[in-house]
Amino acid sequence: MPAVAETLETVRDVTQGTYKWGFETEIEQEVIPKGLDEDVVRLISAKKQEPEWLLEWRLKAFRAWQSMTEPTWAAVKYPPIDYQDAHYYAAPKAKADGPKSLEEVDPELLRTYEKLGIPLKEQERLAGVAVDAVFDSVSVATTFKDKLAEVGVIFCSFSEAVREHPELVKRWLGTVVPYGDNFFAALNSAVFSDGSFVYIPKGVRCPMELSTYFRINAKNTGQFERTLIVAEEGSYVSYLEGCTAPMRDENQLHAAVVELIALDEATIKYSTVQNWYPGDAEGKGGIYNFVTKRGACRGRKSKISWTQVETGSAITWKYPSCILQGEGSVGEFYSVAITNNFQQADTGTKMIHLGPNTRSTIVSKGISAGHGQNTYRGLVRIMPRAKNARNFTQCDSLLIGDQCGAHTVPYIESRNPTAKVEHEATTSRIAEDQLFYCRSRGLTEEEAVGLIVNGFAREVLKELPMEFAVEAQKLLAISLEGSVG
Amino acid sequence: MNAPVVVPAVAPAVSALLDRYAGLKDRLPGARIAWVEAWRQRGAEAFRAGGFPTKRVEAWKYTDLSALRETRFEEALVATDAHPVLPEQAGGEEARIVLLDGRFRADLSRLDGLADGVRIESLADLLSSDDDALREVLGAIAPADLPLPGLNAALAEDGAVIRIAPGVDAGRIRIVSLGIAPSNHAVAFHPRNLVVLGAGASLTLLDGAHGAGKGTYWQNLVAEIALGEGARLTHVRLQDEARDAFHTALVAVRVEAKAEYDSFTLVRGARLARNEVHAVLTGPKAALHLNGAQLVDGERHADTTTVIDHAAPDCESNQTVKTVLTGRARGVFQGKIHVHRVAQKTDGYQMNQALLLSPEAEINAKPQLEIYADDVKCSHGATVGELDHDQLFYLRSRGIPEVEAKSILVQAFLTDAVSLVSDEALRETLLAATDAWWDEVEHPA
Repeated sequence: MPAVAETLETVRDVTQGTYKWGFETEIEQEVIPKGLDEDVVRLISAKKQEPEWLLEWRLKAFRAWQSMTEPTWAAVKYPPIDYQDAHYYAAPKAKADGPKSLEEVDPELLRTYEKLGIPLKEQERLAGVAVDAVFDSVSVATTFKDKLAEVGVIFCSFSEAVREHPELVKRWLGTVVPYGDNFFAALNSAVFSDGSFVYIPKGVRCPMELSTYFRINAKNTGQFERTLIVAEEGSYVSYLEGCTAPMRDENQLHAAVVELIALDEATIKYSTVQNWYPGDAEGKGGIYNFVTKRGACRGRKSKISWTQVETGSAITWKYPSCILQGEGSVGEFYSVAITNNFQQADTGTKMIHLGPNTRSTIVSKGISAGHGQNTYRGLVRIMPRAKNARNFTQCDSLLIGDQCGAHTVPYIESRNPTAKVEHEATTSRIAEDQLFYCRSRGLTEEEAVGLIVNGFAREVLKELPMEFAVEAQKLLAISLEGSVG
Repeated sequence: MNAPVVVPAVAPAVSALLDRYAGLKDRLPGARIAWVEAWRQRGAEAFRAGGFPTKRVEAWKYTDLSALRETRFEEALVATDAHPVLPEQAGGEEARIVLLDGRFRADLSRLDGLADGVRIESLADLLSSDDDALREVLGAIAPADLPLPGLNAALAEDGAVIRIAPGVDAGRIRIVSLGIAPSNHAVAFHPRNLVVLGAGASLTLLDGAHGAGKGTYWQNLVAEIALGEGARLTHVRLQDEARDAFHTALVAVRVEAKAEYDSFTLVRGARLARNEVHAVLTGPKAALHLNGAQLVDGERHADTTTVIDHAAPDCESNQTVKTVLTGRARGVFQGKIHVHRVAQKTDGYQMNQALLLSPEAEINAKPQLEIYADDVKCSHGATVGELDHDQLFYLRSRGIPEVEAKSILVQAFLTDAVSLVSDEALRETLLAATDAWWDEVEHPA
């Protein structure tokens, strides 16, 4: 079984595994002064040479944000965030009109992505993944653009989409996550600086996986990217995102927004391996990951599938959701979340069943170790029109050590008698007999835990595209480093 | 950037009740006993702070109290010599406590010939005589910060106090709480019952709340239950308030080592019912069973909210709650299991199931696990749906008419829950109540 070989390799990696993405890149940065007011919003918009309507939209978002208060319902604790004490825009210093091709991109930057193992260069075409890389707030390079353009797929940075395809952006932006949706989404809508844009035309099956790699590099900055994916009738796309950040003592804010729109019979598969810096073993530093992700299954028989592996961040606040509007549309959520040391995760999903015959599946695996606190928070809502809707939810929690916590908070709301909703949750620790079995075959305790945890999370990992599945398995083991023995 | 902090003015309905407390407090039982006064004052403060919780308060997310808030309630002034007809459930040979609009009525109760070590008294009497032993229970088990139980503390005038001495098997005791609403105005009463079982004592308590009359009343009940080491209480509750009544109840239970609290609650009355249970397992090998069924029809709203605190190792808790909804009824189940760090080897199980029998019925469920110990086995399950089509088809194919087939399946669903009650006679009582309910509701074709 190949997975076993991979797992063994994983466990070998564990021996030297700490947060190996924690380096910082020395690169000339353009940073605007700290603080946030309307002028900053205008400045960001001006820097991106945005049209008037987008500036207006940002300002509306900013005003909405000012009237909102930070949510406190999540089971996470952190000192108050001073939103004035951060830079809201940091970009690698660009030539006057930005890089035209990879050759023009700062080589230091490319070396960064090489270190991260991102196949930015075209010669790594064999990897077969088109990548859009976002460095701090700005998209620095997108590969395979031409090849995608041949079939009509648009895959570019958000800023470029605003310039090149304003009609598409204007039509869809904010239609799934409105600018005033919640505190963090409003903040993002006001100050987002870049992100990815994907448009799959009618009937097209995107010929390769699309991938975005997010990197926070600059100090004292927040990252606020925005992703918008539109899949027209009968199209298909698989999209991956990965994230890392340098190791720093202070906490950094990441507040992203992702909007997905699937029209008739379209399918969007969205996979995330989130590995932002989690902070050190004492809980110092790390990213605050406050993210709004939502997909709308607008069309009949459309499908949106979220898969996430959450190993990083000091705090994760994230609920990738599906609005199942189209008749017979399908929503899926597969999640593995690990909290070790002092990490806190409050994550889950919302499945809003509006249309008839809609179906959703939720599989959530939470692993807590060290002093980690891991909460699954999910909502399944069946509206009166959602005749014959179906939901199945499975939430399992694994506890490693007696200082951590695992919590499950599902909300189930049904207003249609023909709907069927099933929810199951279990909490347990690694069984002694499983450990003993592995130990008796010569695995160390740490290796055994890595193996068992991978088995526990397998249902979710198998949903990941191959390239990511391998990385994710390694991450699981590394994240649990030092949690046993 | 922060919105200005608005200090909410105390709502008129809240201040009216607080005024009543201010006016009554010198005349309430236990007035001028310092600890009783302090307890009432804490309750009033909790009510002032929380008022009638709105749906923005997480614990009340699914239950809207505006109808309760907007009703003007007066004191329940029942002539002490009124002799209402007792419900048929009041029959039987066992000891019987009758509460009328929350007042202990010794004359209607059957308290002669109680075994040694079994004491049944009125809370008002005990408070007036400053029984110091009450201090260990009254206000000591119910959480102090909940607003409606707080109001109960401020205004409680009476209730039943049952105390069983260590090692005594008290057999069965019946509580018949009768709410009688005059048709011209709404009344509110706030009884507080105390049940104390000494080490190794045992009791089966049949606890019925029944309503009479067509008017509106509000029963805002708090029961505090303390089970000493190895004690065993079987608590079967039947909530059958009048159709226009409001029923808000908090049952707070403390279960010490090796003790067992085994309860079943059948909810079938009141236009708005909130049945809240807070149970804490404080010693090793304590056990808890919080089962129940909610029967909700018409425009009614029934809410079961439970918090189970595992505060000691090696304890067990399990819970099965079933809800049947017809008409435009709304049902709520919120169940939280909290496992503290010390509570290793906890075994916790929770299941809630809802059957929706009409297109306009609604169920909201929130089972919740909060776990801080690693060597535990905790699980919960929830299902929501209508009657199984295959099962219906099977019955109909055997010549059973649809209405009857539905009845059979609904009764099977409920019998499944009621079968968790070990006492056969009590099971029969409960099944009779579920059957009666099913016969009463309009059957959608």
